[in-house]
Amino acid sequence: MSFLLVFAIVLAIGLAAFVAGRQRARSQDDGTVKPHSRAHYHGWWAFLTGVVPAVLFLAAWDIGASAYLNSHIHSALPADVADGTVAHEDLAAGLVKSLASGLRKLDSQTLGALPSSFADLQPMLAAKGVALAPDTQDYMIPIATEANRVSDRLGMISAVVSIGLALIGVGYGLKGISPRARARNNVEKVMLWSLLGASTLAILTTIGIVLSMLFQTIAFFEKVPLSNFFFGTVWDPRFAAAGAGASEGQFGLIPLLAGTLYIAFVALLVAVPIGLMSAVYMSEYAAPKVRAVVKPALELLAGIPTIVYGIFALVTLGPFLRDISAALTGGTPFIQAQSILTAGLVMGVMLIPVVSSLSDDIITAVPRAMRDGSLGLGATRSETIKRVILPAALPGIVGAILLTASRAIGETMIVVLAAGVAANLTLNPFEAMTTITVKIVNQLTGDLEFNTPQTLVAFALGITLFALTLVMNIVALYIVRKYREQYE
Amino acid sequence: MTDISLDTLTTSAARPRRDIGIKKRYAAERRFRLYGVLAIAVGLAFLGVMLTSIISKGYTAFWQTTVTLPINFDEKIIDPSNKRATDPNVLITANYPKIAEAALIEKLGIDPNDKAEVRKLKGFLSDSSRVQLRAIVAADPSVIGTTRNVDILAAANLDSAFKGQIDLEVPESRRKVSDQQVEWMNKLKAEGVMAEHFNTGLFSYGASSRPETSGVGVALIGSFYMMVIVLLLALPIGVAASIYLEEFAKKSRFTDLIEVNINNLAAVPSIVFGLLGLAVFINFLGLPRSASFVGGLVLTLMTLPTIIIATRAALAAVPPSIRSAALGLGASKMQMVFQHILPLAAPGILTGTIIGLARALGETAPLLLIGMVAFVADYPTTPFDPATALPVQIYMWANEAERAFVERMSGAIIILLIFLMAMNIVAIVLRRRFERRW
Repeated sequence: MSFLLVFAIVLAIGLAAFVAGRQRARSQDDGTVKPHSRAHYHGWWAFLTGVVPAVLFLAAWDIGASAYLNSHIHSALPADVADGTVAHEDLAAGLVKSLASGLRKLDSQTLGALPSSFADLQPMLAAKGVALAPDTQDYMIPIATEANRVSDRLGMISAVVSIGLALIGVGYGLKGISPRARARNNVEKVMLWSLLGASTLAILTTIGIVLSMLFQTIAFFEKVPLSNFFFGTVWDPRFAAAGAGASEGQFGLIPLLAGTLYIAFVALLVAVPIGLMSAVYMSEYAAPKVRAVVKPALELLAGIPTIVYGIFALVTLGPFLRDISAALTGGTPFIQAQSILTAGLVMGVMLIPVVSSLSDDIITAVPRAMRDGSLGLGATRSETIKRVILPAALPGIVGAILLTASRAIGETMIVVLAAGVAANLTLNPFEAMTTITVKIVNQLTGDLEFNTPQTLVAFALGITLFALTLVMNIVALYIVRKYREQYE
Repeated sequence: MTDISLDTLTTSAARPRRDIGIKKRYAAERRFRLYGVLAIAVGLAFLGVMLTSIISKGYTAFWQTTVTLPINFDEKIIDPSNKRATDPNVLITANYPKIAEAALIEKLGIDPNDKAEVRKLKGFLSDSSRVQLRAIVAADPSVIGTTRNVDILAAANLDSAFKGQIDLEVPESRRKVSDQQVEWMNKLKAEGVMAEHFNTGLFSYGASSRPETSGVGVALIGSFYMMVIVLLLALPIGVAASIYLEEFAKKSRFTDLIEVNINNLAAVPSIVFGLLGLAVFINFLGLPRSASFVGGLVLTLMTLPTIIIATRAALAAVPPSIRSAALGLGASKMQMVFQHILPLAAPGILTGTIIGLARALGETAPLLLIGMVAFVADYPTTPFDPATALPVQIYMWANEAERAFVERMSGAIIILLIFLMAMNIVAIVLRRRFERRW
């Protein structure tokens, strides 16, 4: 029986238990004893005692069963395959698994008289719409049938046990119903635990991010020395066809890091002055009516997906800048269509609303008294802003800029489309440079083998990016929080 | 005496004002204001230029040129040896484009035996006529031998020419439409046979190597699946987490850790979530590549912090008096939260959720890593089938060289922006209508 079907049955048992429990609690309430909990809490408690253990068992069994099945398949592989490389063995196991899932689509009559050679089997499967890799071997067919049999048996056991558990649980829950039973407290305790569980998901995600990247990164550094990655100035990963033997690529981080920081710097040059000035104008000068129109319009910039910015840079701005530079020199353009300038400009515009909304919060947090004091001494508004408000808000603004910079470093789609893929080391903003995020996308798009340095390097890049932005975010959040406390 | 009084008088009347630089200061004030206005103007101007550039490139994608031809389902072409009764493959492999071409030849009045003229017709009609006519015959085999009017798509280049996007001043050898084809096109246009129609195909077709038959159908379904998954997972989990942190958690190291974590996750680059999805969901858990289910999971993790932060703000905005009143009437803390606080915070939570969903809908980078960059021509029936997403489809078209794909791409961006705009408007309306100020 399939996982989903069993789950549905368990759920149905639980719902029946809910109705029964509620009914039972109602019928017990004869008005002599004051009930502790209302009837539906008894119902929910019966539901929980039935469903929770059964579902937990089902999930655990399912994970265990797939692991068992995996090892079963691996052990059944012939010796010459199992003795080969890990990748080869995994590949064979993967073929067996897809063969097994393909066999499930055949009817029992065909399964009874299964052909022993894959060449005969393939058309039968193809007729059912199952396409299999052509290097599926004959010896895999019995392994696959055996695997299906084992998994059927495991599935049967899990179905029987979890439905049994559900019934026992429901019985226990229903038996415990009495007017003074503390059903509400029980139900609320379970709810509290699930709320706690939900909030730990944030931690689990972070752990997941770090661990998943860490393992792949360690695997990468087993093949490429640390110093080559962190201090190498040449990026040349050399994609090799699968199994074509050793291909020594060079994985220097420096050109990518330089490109990332350069583009982020150009973006900040655009975003910080414009964003800051518009925030100042909005909070200090703009009439409420103007503010009501312009502010949402600027926020619209923040709501546009970054791919749209990237496309704009690729299709419109890049060619435009190239043509302008060609017109200026009268022939050869000195600005390339994909360049640091294009990517930085567009990214800067994307970041304007980020800077302006962050600094708007910070500027309005400066106490009224400081403003009034300065104006009362005869300073003009701009003098108040320049000499009183901005200095007072400076730490907060620095924090905001750091947060913005971390956004710029982690931005992907704009640079993928507008910055180019050539890993240059250059100071000329009119040339193309590439970034960490672009290379992560490049190395991992398309069909790939998972254990070559060419793909693993993406995780090393990813963890570098993660660490970089993490440090910036923590520092920025710390500064912003500290600053806020100062005036609260 | 008079001297002195005169002296004082003159000085008091004509004492020059001390120059405190007021003019300069006011000028500086005006300049500063101007900078502010300029900054805003630059931002808005960029927004304007970007939107106009995309809309002007993309609105034509919503129209598609078709040629209405009286198609003669000629038995001699479809089934020359009359075997269709015994071999159903005949109807599948028949040379349908040839019937369409024959109809066009007749319409234009070309001599069918003039090979040179006929060759010039190449690339006039879309090759999709094969699929289209086959479907007609498959639905009703009795159509063979009869004639009926069918709207055949024009090929992408002719479509561009019809919309006036191909510069006819360019020498013939350097453009993709020949003078003869333009002449025929104008003839058919004058007869009213060739015309633009609303392009329903843009919404229904999947990936295709021919621009005229490619569309965002598969991408829309993939995006829809992902949004449903994000909504089903991120909303309950996010609300539960916020309730715990805002209403139940005592301040401790552990809750501090959770809080720092959430704030950080909100600022982690989206591509890192893609790496997580690839390593954990696909590589470790063995979920299928390119599936919208995996995309939904990744986007859920990405959206959670946004929803949690919005929900916590909404919960914190409910005044403590409501809490005290509920508790004072004997409600348990859980009852207070679920029966009193949550309904009052619901508009704020929904607004945050919609904004989070809108961000997830436009997100591209993590989806590239989990293999959603896929050429998918068939509709996915379940979230576990290969699919693509709207922004990823845009990205894929951006890598195509042909002009017609750029048009489709801009059209797809318009569709995406309309969806996002609608979601944001709903969020704003919700906030205006239902948000209470205490």
